[in-house]
Amino acid sequence: MTSTNTKDPNAAVGLEGGTVIAVTRRARLAEFWYYFSQNRGAVIGLYVFLAIVAIALLAPLIAPHSPSLQNRGFFLLPPVWQEGGNWSFLLGTDAVGRDVLSRLIYGARFSLFIGVVVVSVAVSVGILVGLIAGYFRGAVDTVIMRVMDIILAFPSLLLALVLVAILGPGLVNAMIAIALVQQPHYVRLTRAAVMSEKGRDYVTAARVAGAGNIRLMFKTILPNCTAPLIVQAALSFSTAILDAAALGFLGMGAQPPTPEWGTMLAEAREFILRAWWVVTFPGLAILITVLAINLMGDGLRDALDPKLKRS
Amino acid sequence: MLRFFISRLALLIPTFIGVSIVAFSFIRLLPGDPIMLLAGERGMSEERYQQLQALYGFDQPLFVQYFNYMTDLLQGDFGTSIVTKRPVLQEFLTLFPATIELSLCAIIVAIAVGVPLGVIAAVRRGSWLDQTVMGAALVGYSMPIFWWGLLLIIFFSGILGWTPVSGRISLLYFFPPVTGFMLIDSLLSGQAGAFKSALSHLILPTIVLATIPLAVIARQTRSAMLEVLGEDYVRTARSKGLPPRRVIGLHALRNALIPVVTTIGLQVGVLLAGAILTETIFSWPGIGKWMVDSVFKRDYAVVQGGLLLIAAIIMIVNLIVDVLYGLINPRIRH
Repeated sequence: MTSTNTKDPNAAVGLEGGTVIAVTRRARLAEFWYYFSQNRGAVIGLYVFLAIVAIALLAPLIAPHSPSLQNRGFFLLPPVWQEGGNWSFLLGTDAVGRDVLSRLIYGARFSLFIGVVVVSVAVSVGILVGLIAGYFRGAVDTVIMRVMDIILAFPSLLLALVLVAILGPGLVNAMIAIALVQQPHYVRLTRAAVMSEKGRDYVTAARVAGAGNIRLMFKTILPNCTAPLIVQAALSFSTAILDAAALGFLGMGAQPPTPEWGTMLAEAREFILRAWWVVTFPGLAILITVLAINLMGDGLRDALDPKLKRS
Repeated sequence: MLRFFISRLALLIPTFIGVSIVAFSFIRLLPGDPIMLLAGERGMSEERYQQLQALYGFDQPLFVQYFNYMTDLLQGDFGTSIVTKRPVLQEFLTLFPATIELSLCAIIVAIAVGVPLGVIAAVRRGSWLDQTVMGAALVGYSMPIFWWGLLLIIFFSGILGWTPVSGRISLLYFFPPVTGFMLIDSLLSGQAGAFKSALSHLILPTIVLATIPLAVIARQTRSAMLEVLGEDYVRTARSKGLPPRRVIGLHALRNALIPVVTTIGLQVGVLLAGAILTETIFSWPGIGKWMVDSVFKRDYAVVQGGLLLIAAIIMIVNLIVDVLYGLINPRIRH
């Protein structure tokens, strides 16, 4: 999954000038991988992330129990290495006897799903709006940027919280709210990149050759603006997971009994001083996932940012 | 400089109007009726409904409502809480010092720890120290702080019993608020142990709230320092035999701090978002918890007023940061 993701930007860069030569594309990919793999943390992050993706995909096969099965007689069982632990519940059970490990495994699906959906929505809307603002400038640009300023004037989590309160608590609405508060960043990035690319000779050349606005925007300019957007996408993937978990924790995200990590934490809150494991493991899962993605994001930035590459 | 300030201030006005429209529309564009929501499951009689509609002005056209709302706003009237019946502004002003106290302590900790760590990491680039600091910073940056707070409570309150779990001060102490800052008020009260109690309540929330800004500041300081350390004037300072401490502290750090100041300014929004979670975990009676509670109680007057006040604060702080940035970096003024 990630390997195709990392291939895309280079494929897109390979398109500049309108000719696709497989050799240059492969060379660019090799160059990208060279710089990415220089960063040891990024490679570790990539492997951890791939492992989490595998866990999410294979959840029904590897989870020892159903995430919603309540095992009577096994309430708040500690993890296996602690006194009173049970080998069939490796990380213990929660207050209604559900296996914590199985819920964590299924929870990976929700977190990755949230990340993918939020980033896709925020990226596509943000790029479109940013392209329009940066390409056409003038009044359209002013209006768009003022609207983005308004969204950015609120703390993102607060705005998302209020939006979800209005739309109604739930995972889908939480994703919509988070995507909405994230897309101004893409608008700004795209707009800035478009404005700096628009005056270049190759754009003028394409225009003289008769390319229309749509073609200039999407085929000529956009592929050359992708590097900062990819880095931002990686960072906002992790922010999306964190924010969705925070909303779940506040009771406004995924609703119980969904095994979403933030929601699990919210349910576990009243047991913090009695059963450390129901609190510790879901948070650890969030931290590991977010950390892996941020490590990858740092590697992507190093590999894609030509300014840093030289130093 | 004044012109720079005024032009920035003028830019805020359309944004503020936009923010007010957003806050205003939120409670009007709801699917469902705020008055019926207020009634809850019980419902209410037609008469009472009409009466309440007239009371809150919901029976008038939208633009009239907005106009009235803005007129009230400019006179300092942010509406009245539907739940407590107290003016929103008054509630805000009572609770805001708690948030300021917490946020100030957090940002002080973040700067006091983050900047030196970033400098050390940059100076010893590539060493194990650099790698440890940057690794820790990335963990801090990735931290779900609501979980981090719970972990700290489990360890320091649950296992060690060192710190209280929630609130701003022990119930043993009572004194009228003077400044609203518990640390200062407890000292002024003269009650033995009050200050210690206030401090012990403040420690964990401060750590939790400081975590992400600290990580961001450390990372930013490091990269700014690395950039500056490669400059010619640093090499000149070194080659004329200045001691490294002076080169780093005077020549490099001063210039590296310019982008760091912006980063610190940008953390205000992060802090207020973090305050929502931190205050909820530690039952800290500030505006973050107030907003969350109001969202849950569907107290839309408070949500609307609170959104507006918080956005206004962020905008003003950003303006101050812009001006400060202009002061320390004259190049961007024009």
